[in-house]
Amino acid sequence: MSAHATTVSGHRRDQGVAVVIDNVAKHFGEVKALRGFSADIRYGRLTGLVGPDGAGKTTLMRIMTGLLVPNGGRVSLAGFDVVADNDAIHIASGYMPQRFGLYEDLSVMENMRLYAQLRGMDADQHADIFASLLDFTRLGPFTTRLAGKLSGGMKQKLGLACALMAKPRVLLLDEPSVGVDPVSRQDLWRMVQALTDDGMAVVWSTAYLDEAERCESVLLLNEGKLEFDGAPQELTDRLKQRSFRLTGVSDERRAVLSQALELPTVGDGVIQGDAVRVVLREDAGREEIDALAGEVGAQLEPVQPRFEDAFIDLLGGGPGGTSALAERMHVVELDSDIAVSCQDLSKHFGDFIATDAVSFEVHKGEIFGLLGPNGAGKSTTFKMLCGLLKPTEGEAHVVGLDLRNATGAAKSQLGYMAQKFSLYGLLSVRQNLEFSAGVYGLEGAAKRQRIGEMIETFDLKQYLSTSPDSLPLGYKQRLALACALMHRPPVLFLDEPTSGVDPITRREFWTHINGLARKGVTVMVTTHFMDEAEYCDRVAMMYRARLIALDTPDALKRASRSDDNPDPTMEDAFIHLVESAELDDAADATAKAAA
Amino acid sequence: MRRLFNTFFNARLRAQMVKELLSILRDPRSRMVVFVPPLMQLLVFTFATTLEVRNAHIAVLDRDAGHWSHELVARVAAADFVSQVHTVHSRDELRELIDGRKVIAGLNMDANFSRDIAAGDTGTVQVIVDGRRSNAGQITVGYLNAIAAEVGSAARKEPQRASPIVVRHWFNPNLIYRWFVVPALSGILVFFSALMITSLSIARERELGTFDQLLVSPTSTLEIIVAKTAPALAIGAVLGLMMIAAAAFLFGVPFTGSFWLLLPSLLLFILSVVGIGLMISSVSATQQQAILGSFAIGVPAVLMSGFATPVENMPVVLQWMAQAIPLKHFLVTVEGTFLKAMPASDIIANTWPLAVIALITLTLATLLVRGRLQ
Repeated sequence: MSAHATTVSGHRRDQGVAVVIDNVAKHFGEVKALRGFSADIRYGRLTGLVGPDGAGKTTLMRIMTGLLVPNGGRVSLAGFDVVADNDAIHIASGYMPQRFGLYEDLSVMENMRLYAQLRGMDADQHADIFASLLDFTRLGPFTTRLAGKLSGGMKQKLGLACALMAKPRVLLLDEPSVGVDPVSRQDLWRMVQALTDDGMAVVWSTAYLDEAERCESVLLLNEGKLEFDGAPQELTDRLKQRSFRLTGVSDERRAVLSQALELPTVGDGVIQGDAVRVVLREDAGREEIDALAGEVGAQLEPVQPRFEDAFIDLLGGGPGGTSALAERMHVVELDSDIAVSCQDLSKHFGDFIATDAVSFEVHKGEIFGLLGPNGAGKSTTFKMLCGLLKPTEGEAHVVGLDLRNATGAAKSQLGYMAQKFSLYGLLSVRQNLEFSAGVYGLEGAAKRQRIGEMIETFDLKQYLSTSPDSLPLGYKQRLALACALMHRPPVLFLDEPTSGVDPITRREFWTHINGLARKGVTVMVTTHFMDEAEYCDRVAMMYRARLIALDTPDALKRASRSDDNPDPTMEDAFIHLVESAELDDAADATAKAAA
Repeated sequence: MRRLFNTFFNARLRAQMVKELLSILRDPRSRMVVFVPPLMQLLVFTFATTLEVRNAHIAVLDRDAGHWSHELVARVAAADFVSQVHTVHSRDELRELIDGRKVIAGLNMDANFSRDIAAGDTGTVQVIVDGRRSNAGQITVGYLNAIAAEVGSAARKEPQRASPIVVRHWFNPNLIYRWFVVPALSGILVFFSALMITSLSIARERELGTFDQLLVSPTSTLEIIVAKTAPALAIGAVLGLMMIAAAAFLFGVPFTGSFWLLLPSLLLFILSVVGIGLMISSVSATQQQAILGSFAIGVPAVLMSGFATPVENMPVVLQWMAQAIPLKHFLVTVEGTFLKAMPASDIIANTWPLAVIALITLTLATLLVRGRLQ
């Protein structure tokens, strides 16, 4: 922070109230987006607006920036009422929407000049502001690059620079970390930290619950209600002595999780690498979990509660541990132990290398994660594996078959669930099920029976004649899974299956996936949720088209352990790997230059 | 045979066809494309569009006020196509009426108009026409000419004598505009409906992400194309037949040819359009691109089809290009079948190009869909 920081500090109002939210309510037709709550947001602080998708975060953001008029209650920002003094709000606040309106065909500098002019500033007279913003966002070397050619992280930084142009007193960031790799995310945090240190009020909305822990204050929303207002620590402190880790269960961890979740005293549980992490219900004793640990020969150790634990606890705990779906699946038998494999898989789009010589093998019954930031090449790799893209070089095999030239029979060996569920919104739920059954060649009685099973397993009966578009998210996911598994494939491909899904639905989803894996179904999954990688048996980390690591989640975490950080998360592990990959690249480059 | 039937009509294909049909019928956008234009066109062509001039307003500047000028004005006022005659008293007034589009034409008779005629000379009438409405203006001048000729012969006290040249229009003796337009419309409507339905189909699935789902399923590219062709073919055929029925029964256009020769031509025509639509769809990433694409192809195709202007009047290069437009061939067949009992040989001559276009476009569409996997 240089020149720009000093100008911002002019607004310094230590811990004064920046935004007053007074019993605000908003509904869109029948949908109640905000159900009436009050809160204060203060200067000089990073306030997290946290909640799953559909909680009302964006609605509240848009009301605070004066883009929406609330149906009830009042909101004032920097002393101005958002409805009555609408014009003043636009000057006092900087807003970065989820997809910031960058002009992709303009360069970085042209975008900044445009936003300066929109703010009524003479771009030529504010060279100092431009210089400090470019310095601050580290975009200096890229001023002539087209905004459309920037990476997700750089786009967000440019958006931030544009939002900061008019020196706002309140900065509102709507999900700034979506589509941003962990390294750029660190950068964004650093920048926001510098701004709050100078007295700006910053609101950071996010669906990633782990981000909440980094905020000084949190407003936790769920279904339009304010569930919690305060420091994140306060919330997690309530769960002291209730979070535990069961270690030493590596081979049986999925079974142990399933058993643990069936215990009445256990409210929530997830897999963390080789261990199982459980959260006890309020006022529950640890006798049951102790007994389970003894039974399976596991060690039980208390761990620090996380914000996500607290969130699930607030909502009354996660789903049970048994998957009705998996129980119906037959145990998968394959000729070979290798379910999916690829050798030197590469994909070039013109000059651009999307995937660069990737090789790995996936065993039967394994959950294999393909991890990486947007644009790292995981989707391209994934598409080559399931036959949607032709590799430029190398080969990919699923159940021993190259799906590029495979017959229909071979293709029915795999189930595929695309991003955003890919259901036919124009067809009813029943018609969707019938289509999936039909397109996999099921007919007559077999078809009717299989559809009936799916309806029963996923409890879809009440929604049969509605459109998938109007289903609650959890049911939408169930339907997508039902469609992908209708033909009982031995290999399941899941492309970002849980993006935009709330934590409870994600848990239910993983319960099914864990159950399927126990039946021998091989699961290939891509995700950018680092904590979800914990569910995988092995994780392939991709960065800039290359495979930078391939190991069990625990081994990856162990490799990044340091004195500063004795218990690293997957995200720490990822950042560590990316940094060492970049060091290697730099070393290579110097070696080349020397030669 | 049974094996062929199984390959072409298995459970996978059936499921897809049902899906396609439901997608079209349940999608408000597709429904609009399918059902609204035919209804609108029907209304427009029943009540509004016509090339004949009716309800014309004519201005008269009569500086003669003699016998023959009165005679002429009376005949103009009594003519069918004239709804009102405005009498003006100066050239400025006349100019004003034409400038303000109050009248389509003005008659200007000099002070010695009747005197000239009485003297056995030729009386001259100046006709001022609104050139902005050139087509209707020309037709009006034609009508006025005929009236002037009648007055002239009355003045010469000649008996009405038959014109030496008698024009007789074959196949449409009264040159009824609708006889030409309505059969052609059946082709144009089917063209646009089939083009829209199919161009949206793959793009919509790509937008939803369901297309990937389809590609990883055991279904083949050929099955995808066949499944997307069938509902468009069915809907296009129903629509085409409805328009043909409307032409024959509602508008009374004589249907002189063979329906059983027209039907295969119609089906091949739809198939060739479906091929073009699927080609557009397979290269479009979004539905918006697909709609833009089908207009970019559809509008010039209609203009060059011979509906508005004869293909023979176009530059040679464009005439060649017009051969690739299915609508051009089908218009010949449908007009011919309605009005001139086109024989089988002529219909075949205009139908085989459709089969060629269909074969080429559908093959290309299949290759493009497959190529998208690269």
